[in-house]
Amino acid sequence: MKKFVAFLAIFTLTLIGVLGGVAFADELVINGSTTVLPIGQAAAEKFMEAYPDITVSVSGGGSGNGIKALIDGTTDIAMSSRFIKDKEVAMAVEKGRYPVPFAVAVDALLPVVHPSNPVKDLTIEQLRNIYLGKIKNWKEVGGPDKRIVAVTRDTSSGTFEVWEEKVMDKKRISPRALVVASNGAMVQTVAGNPAAIGYIGIGYLNDSVKAIAVGGIEGTPKTALDGSYPISRYLFMFTQGWPTGTALKFINFVLSDAGQEIVASTGFIPVR
Amino acid sequence: MGNTLRGDKAPQRIIQTISIIGVAIMLFILFFLVKESIPILKEVSIFQLLFGMEWYPTYDPPDYGMFPLIVGSLSVTLAASILAVPLSIMLAVFISEICPRKLKELLKPVIEILGFFPSVVLGFIGMVVLAPWMIQHLEAYSGLNLLNAAFLMGIMIIPTVTSLAEDSLASIPKDLRDASYALGATRLETITKVVLPAALPGILQAVLLGVMRAIGETMVVLMAAGGAAIIPLSLTDPVRPLTSTIASEMGETPVGSIHYHALFFAGLLLLLLTLGLNLLAMFIERRARRLRA
Repeated sequence: MKKFVAFLAIFTLTLIGVLGGVAFADELVINGSTTVLPIGQAAAEKFMEAYPDITVSVSGGGSGNGIKALIDGTTDIAMSSRFIKDKEVAMAVEKGRYPVPFAVAVDALLPVVHPSNPVKDLTIEQLRNIYLGKIKNWKEVGGPDKRIVAVTRDTSSGTFEVWEEKVMDKKRISPRALVVASNGAMVQTVAGNPAAIGYIGIGYLNDSVKAIAVGGIEGTPKTALDGSYPISRYLFMFTQGWPTGTALKFINFVLSDAGQEIVASTGFIPVR
Repeated sequence: MGNTLRGDKAPQRIIQTISIIGVAIMLFILFFLVKESIPILKEVSIFQLLFGMEWYPTYDPPDYGMFPLIVGSLSVTLAASILAVPLSIMLAVFISEICPRKLKELLKPVIEILGFFPSVVLGFIGMVVLAPWMIQHLEAYSGLNLLNAAFLMGIMIIPTVTSLAEDSLASIPKDLRDASYALGATRLETITKVVLPAALPGILQAVLLGVMRAIGETMVVLMAAGGAAIIPLSLTDPVRPLTSTIASEMGETPVGSIHYHALFFAGLLLLLLTLGLNLLAMFIERRARRLRA
């Protein structure tokens, strides 16, 4: 009996200790853009390895939802594939909150064609007209006499969002365009069709497809970073006020060498 | 005596309960599907949903016309059935009636194993092997198209249809064949005029199961059908069936948005399509039985 009581006491104490430990551990909630999600997730994993006493939970609900959650105070860091909108700033100020942006990566899209395609350079207008279905043949843009097969991404992907904003000017892509569900499938499709044109995130480029320059500027990490390459955008993490404590540690980690390596490995361009 | 009866009742009760749970789950899914798809009807008229030609759910203003998607689903399924059903039935007849026993023992398991082939692997083959081949040899402007998806889907449903049709052929009593031979009928006459008509309801069921699997198939069409929301005018035009639309868009759609409800409506349409097919098959079967009687 005595033994049992002793056991019970130790068991209870251990339980309290464990629960207490969990309760006192720092928790960091990250929410927002699904484009930035791979960076957030990979960074969170490495971050938790480095700081075992901090729990990071990452979820992707879209840039708008992330920023809204930050303003509502339900998330510590909001991931966003765009800068904060004026309306959102006004809403934040009204609630006495001051979102602070940190650019963590650059996302650049490259138009790609089959390696056998002689076309090297297209302007934004030409790209737009190809995807609108107005330019139908490669010979109209200096290529062979072949029907153009435009390949696009599913309308809910972040990649599509950039293309829609930077190239299409929000106009509707022709329904005749093929739709594929991932960057990998895009490379596969374009590599298998001499008449195809598609677009991919810069990290997915390989030898099976050929990237073409946009308005004479080749898409490279350098031109994307200095802003001369037109189909690129910054990816952000927003904090509520200047970050302190855990949030500061995380932002510092993402911007550190290790964090920027993660950015590069997830297919984006590091900011430094 | 009373005790034995009670002993019999226990398994009956258990089976009853389990099947009621199964039915309840199905009903719950149906209820959920209907509940989540109803709100779209408040935003868009049903006529526009079913017959609208434009599917632009994420634009502003959006368009939710599903006609190209419905045609996409039906055209791929139809093409796959035309490719696969005659072949499957011939294969079933061969295995059941003609082929020697040793070959049959090899062939049947091989075909059944083919049925377990993961559809994502088939889709990958369609993308990497079939698509470039079609561009080179069929002069298709896109290798990812109706024919590509239909071909892969045909491969997918052949095992199902063959295996079930063969079962129903094998269940025809030997007496029937013997009687036919005794009357002096040849083997061909016996197969086409005696065995096949007798097994027809079972074969119809087999075909139906195959067709329904094709309508609901997602991965193959997502990867190989091309995904353009247009009405296909030739076999080499890309199409976008309902299933691949749901699969590619649902993941990123905000819960509760109009787009979300539209995708549930697409799911409901798929269910109604298979239900309609089922009813049609029941009707045909009943007609055939009445004609024979």
